[in-house]
Amino acid sequence: MFGNLSDRLVETFKNLRSKGKLSAADIDATLREIRRALLEADVALEVVKNFIAAVRERALGDEVSKALNPAQQVVQIVNEELVQILGGEQKRISFAKNPPTVIMLAGLQGSGKTTLAGKLAKWLKDQGQTPILVACDLQRPNAVNQLQVLGDSVGVPVFAPEAGNGSGNPVTVAKDAIKHAKQKQFSVVIVDTAGRLGIDEELMAQARDIRKATEPDEVLFVIDSMIGQDAVNVAKAFEDGVGITGVVLTKLDGDARGGAALSVAQVTGKPIVFASTGESLDAFEPFYPDRMASRILDMGDILTLIEQAQKSFDEEQAMEMAQKLAKDNFTLEDFMDQMQQLKKMGSIKNMLAMMPGAGKLRSQLDNIDEKEIDRTEAIIRSMTPKERKDPKILNGSRRLRIAKGSGMTVTDVNSLVNRFEQAAKMMKTMAKGGNPGIPGMPQGLPAFGGAGSQANKNKKAKAKKGGKSGNPAKRAAEAAGLPTQNPTEPGAGSAFGLK
Amino acid sequence: MAGLIFWRKKKEDKAQVSEPSVVEPVIEEEVVETETVVETETIEPIQEVVETIELPEVVEPLVIEEPILEAIELPKRRFSGGIKSLFSRIKFDLENLNELEDILIQADFGVDAAEQIVAKVKARAKSTGAKTEAELKQILTELLTEAFTRDDIALKLDSGVQPYVILVVGVNGAGKTTTIGKLANWLVQGGAKVTLGAADTFRAAAVEQLATWAQRSNSEIVKPTTEGQEPASVAYETVEKAIASGADIAIVDTAGRLQNKQGLMDELGKIRRVIEKQRPISEVLLVLDATTGQNALTQAKAFAEVAQVTGIVLTKLDGTAKGGIVYAIQEQLNLPIKLVGVGEGIDDFAFFDPQEFATGLVG
Repeated sequence: MFGNLSDRLVETFKNLRSKGKLSAADIDATLREIRRALLEADVALEVVKNFIAAVRERALGDEVSKALNPAQQVVQIVNEELVQILGGEQKRISFAKNPPTVIMLAGLQGSGKTTLAGKLAKWLKDQGQTPILVACDLQRPNAVNQLQVLGDSVGVPVFAPEAGNGSGNPVTVAKDAIKHAKQKQFSVVIVDTAGRLGIDEELMAQARDIRKATEPDEVLFVIDSMIGQDAVNVAKAFEDGVGITGVVLTKLDGDARGGAALSVAQVTGKPIVFASTGESLDAFEPFYPDRMASRILDMGDILTLIEQAQKSFDEEQAMEMAQKLAKDNFTLEDFMDQMQQLKKMGSIKNMLAMMPGAGKLRSQLDNIDEKEIDRTEAIIRSMTPKERKDPKILNGSRRLRIAKGSGMTVTDVNSLVNRFEQAAKMMKTMAKGGNPGIPGMPQGLPAFGGAGSQANKNKKAKAKKGGKSGNPAKRAAEAAGLPTQNPTEPGAGSAFGLK
Repeated sequence: MAGLIFWRKKKEDKAQVSEPSVVEPVIEEEVVETETVVETETIEPIQEVVETIELPEVVEPLVIEEPILEAIELPKRRFSGGIKSLFSRIKFDLENLNELEDILIQADFGVDAAEQIVAKVKARAKSTGAKTEAELKQILTELLTEAFTRDDIALKLDSGVQPYVILVVGVNGAGKTTTIGKLANWLVQGGAKVTLGAADTFRAAAVEQLATWAQRSNSEIVKPTTEGQEPASVAYETVEKAIASGADIAIVDTAGRLQNKQGLMDELGKIRRVIEKQRPISEVLLVLDATTGQNALTQAKAFAEVAQVTGIVLTKLDGTAKGGIVYAIQEQLNLPIKLVGVGEGIDDFAFFDPQEFATGLVG
């Protein structure tokens, strides 16, 4: 029902893909989709509004990144802003100079405080700390009992002088717990408190009293990642009412997009410290702002892809390549360079699968044989530098040597040389103006297979559809045949011998 | 208030003079009975109550075995005090309907539903010529009331085949166990004999938590006999014991599970099947936390598919959250909201009343 953001953006930019630059109208169209995506991810409306305004300003001012299409460019800005609000880098909990370190947990009912207390205790214990759990939730029936069971299963003692179920004073329990911890030299005290509503004055006052009594080093606000727009109110209430030092997101193993994380981080300005990701007591990890940003945008791995493409694509190299093409000195070495650039981007299958809209192509992607690249590379590596620069000198005995050196057959070597010659010829034609707009534009280079271009990718996938022969010689022949079959498809990526 | 009554097969040996025993087609007697209690209510039209409850319930018991049923009346409850109005901050006029959209979004209605409602308000305002804030609010209240009003918001405890089995499902921390405690208490107050089944054998101390509620509500409880016992077998035993002890209602608690955990969701299907070997399941209640955002729709979809949910319980409405996502849920999945939870107290619980809900929201 909610098409995912990347697919929708692709749709929005269907007609703009060839354009290098973004107009204000393009940006607004993208931002409308992003606004919707953020709201559907439960980011609070006021946070969305501020956020979109900030992104718009940057997008208008930003220079066009050549490796990306316009939609991706805006999304990348969005991602950077998201990561920044979500805390930039990871934050660790601060330990007291003089133990015990006191960590107090607070939050709404059902946010997962008690379970989290158990997980936190286990995590600290695994790090060599000696934690103790304190049962200050005397409200919910058997919360104390639950904490005891959790303590037992992680091997951490539980301080629980009161049975709970509505009787006993949590402030007194908290005070006594600190004394007890000092006496028995526990290094960390984890105080579990009752769930409370932000508007419940009485219970908020009680939480403040617990805070005063224990002087915690950390007050962690525990919040369910499924929470909706109310996250802002709740976060404000806890920040104003109790004062928090950090946030813990729970139930991240669900499929909620978790926009609340953004709301809470924005409203309180406090870092998200931990993420709780499952029912087992190990399902607990430090919070990764970048992963959360992708999750909120439902962008899958597109951002990883953008990053990879940017890293591995070297603009200078591309310019050089374009010049070489124009001057007709494209060699097997360059051929291999291109291939290595492509390899840097990771598995081709994975890369294509990460592309927005690639879902439809998935079955076809399975037919790609990535080994083909390795084989080609092996053949080229078995050549001498001289041979790579000037394939024309490859006579029969050289070819036999190369075949033996690379573990391939002479037929394979022949077909590679044929493919190279055809590719070089084709690229030369293109570079000389056969296809306008190619030089300097990375998408245009056949070897790059169009990392930034949906159109190229589709064609490429189509070209790969044909079944492969089991016979290596025949297969090589088929591969060699491809470029001539599709001479008009410069984006077919056939220069690699990838079918 | 709809759904105040459940039907119990009249026991021959128990002559109850105080409660009128009713043979199905004689509707007048309930009307009288309902009226006497409802007269303090100012909000609902009494006729509606009669129509929504009695009519669909008359048919089935007659077809099956023509049992003589008696109506059990549950005590009155109201919940609107818990809901905070949406419109404390903005001016509400025809020019400003974009702000209405924003406010609906902030109440977790979701972008699509908010746009849809605003369009409806506009259309109706145009056709009726409404302009003032009061008129527009009236339109919004009506629209929301209409959307939530349906003939199946009452608990369907009327087949005459007792015990009626209620299965309670939901994600972790939604408030399933608390809901069961409150519901059991309410039913017991109405004179029902209730058996609880602690089929949440996963979470630490969940069984004890339910046991505490059983004690508070004077219900019986069936606990797992071994640690980590198969939840389906606990559910089976619950129904078995409820039948043996002549209970009116059996409520089965289940472990909280996130809807994307396939294995755990399959387990719910098994619990269902096992229960149905002995008794049909009268209600499968999905407990939703009102603070939940758009994910609630995904939850409802998944649980509806696997557990065949018959109604929603909206909990934690006493906070600042509005639970607007239930609008989309009942629109898209055709699931009625049946009960609401408004606090941690044993009485903080009521049947869902569309008009009360709408009036509370719009203010």
